[in-house]
Amino acid sequence: MALDRIENLIDKYFEGETSIAEENELKVYFSSTDVAQHLKQYQTIFGYFSQAKEQQFTQEIPLQTKKRNVVLWLSIAASVVVMLGVGTMMYFNNDKEEQFVACSPEDNPELALQQTEKALALVSEHLNTGIESVSYINEYEQSKNRIFKK
Amino acid sequence: MQQNEFIKIVSPFKDKLFRLAKRLLVSTEEAEDATQEVLVKLWTKNETLSELKSVEAMAMTMTKNYCLDQLKSKRASNMTIVHNNYTDNQASLQQKLEDEDSLSWVEKIINDLPEQQKLIIQMRDIEQYEFEDIAKILDMSEATIRVALSRARKTIREIMTKTHNYGIG
Repeated sequence: MALDRIENLIDKYFEGETSIAEENELKVYFSSTDVAQHLKQYQTIFGYFSQAKEQQFTQEIPLQTKKRNVVLWLSIAASVVVMLGVGTMMYFNNDKEEQFVACSPEDNPELALQQTEKALALVSEHLNTGIESVSYINEYEQSKNRIFKK
Repeated sequence: MQQNEFIKIVSPFKDKLFRLAKRLLVSTEEAEDATQEVLVKLWTKNETLSELKSVEAMAMTMTKNYCLDQLKSKRASNMTIVHNNYTDNQASLQQKLEDEDSLSWVEKIINDLPEQQKLIIQMRDIEQYEFEDIAKILDMSEATIRVALSRARKTIREIMTKTHNYGIG
């Protein structure tokens, strides 16, 4: 490569007037081993530019938004499952109560009797649960009487 | 846009973002954080990316702004430790490799330039962007960029010749 062309390019370079192609020409020239003595001082500058371009970004790209989306979908799925669970429970509970059928004793006395018995059984069952808790109060009453003897 | 599509778009210039961030922030860790931050921001803009003419220019601008903000807040809180860390590292490197000595000198000189000149040197001499692109990224006119570039290059030459003469001559 002609030396005066390189010198010319260097002058242009420091004025900020070289094109990318011309700058590449300079880079190639200075990366070769036979650089003219009086131009050696520029060798390190261009050497550094080439070397600096080698640095790479080695970290992973953290796309957190994607993860956040996964969490969102998981929570939606979970709530759907919970609602389905509650819904089926309600459904089966309703089924039990629907065992009562509306009828009149004149048309179907047997069924009416059955239904009434069932209803009474239900009422007494609920009543028993109420009474069970009342027995605690009795217990309490007894121990109270034991302490505060009349 | 899918994740791998995004990575495909981003990977040709993610190194450039990192090098730009490192030029401004000096420390490698901070530059890595900055690059990740910018890439995540870019990912959240996902839907609008395809409408942009140049994602790369946009990303470069974002990196520049992010790093300048970082520097500003650091200066406000009076922290200058990062720079010291860096010179220590370089010193040990210098001892190891005689050859790299003058190359790291160039790096030091560039890092001492004003931020705007640093940016321009980084984008022109290292990443080899056209003036048109640099003008877009920095939102400056091409003429101003040429002037700043010439000034920066001359400063490097001046300091280099000085150290060259002291060191060897």
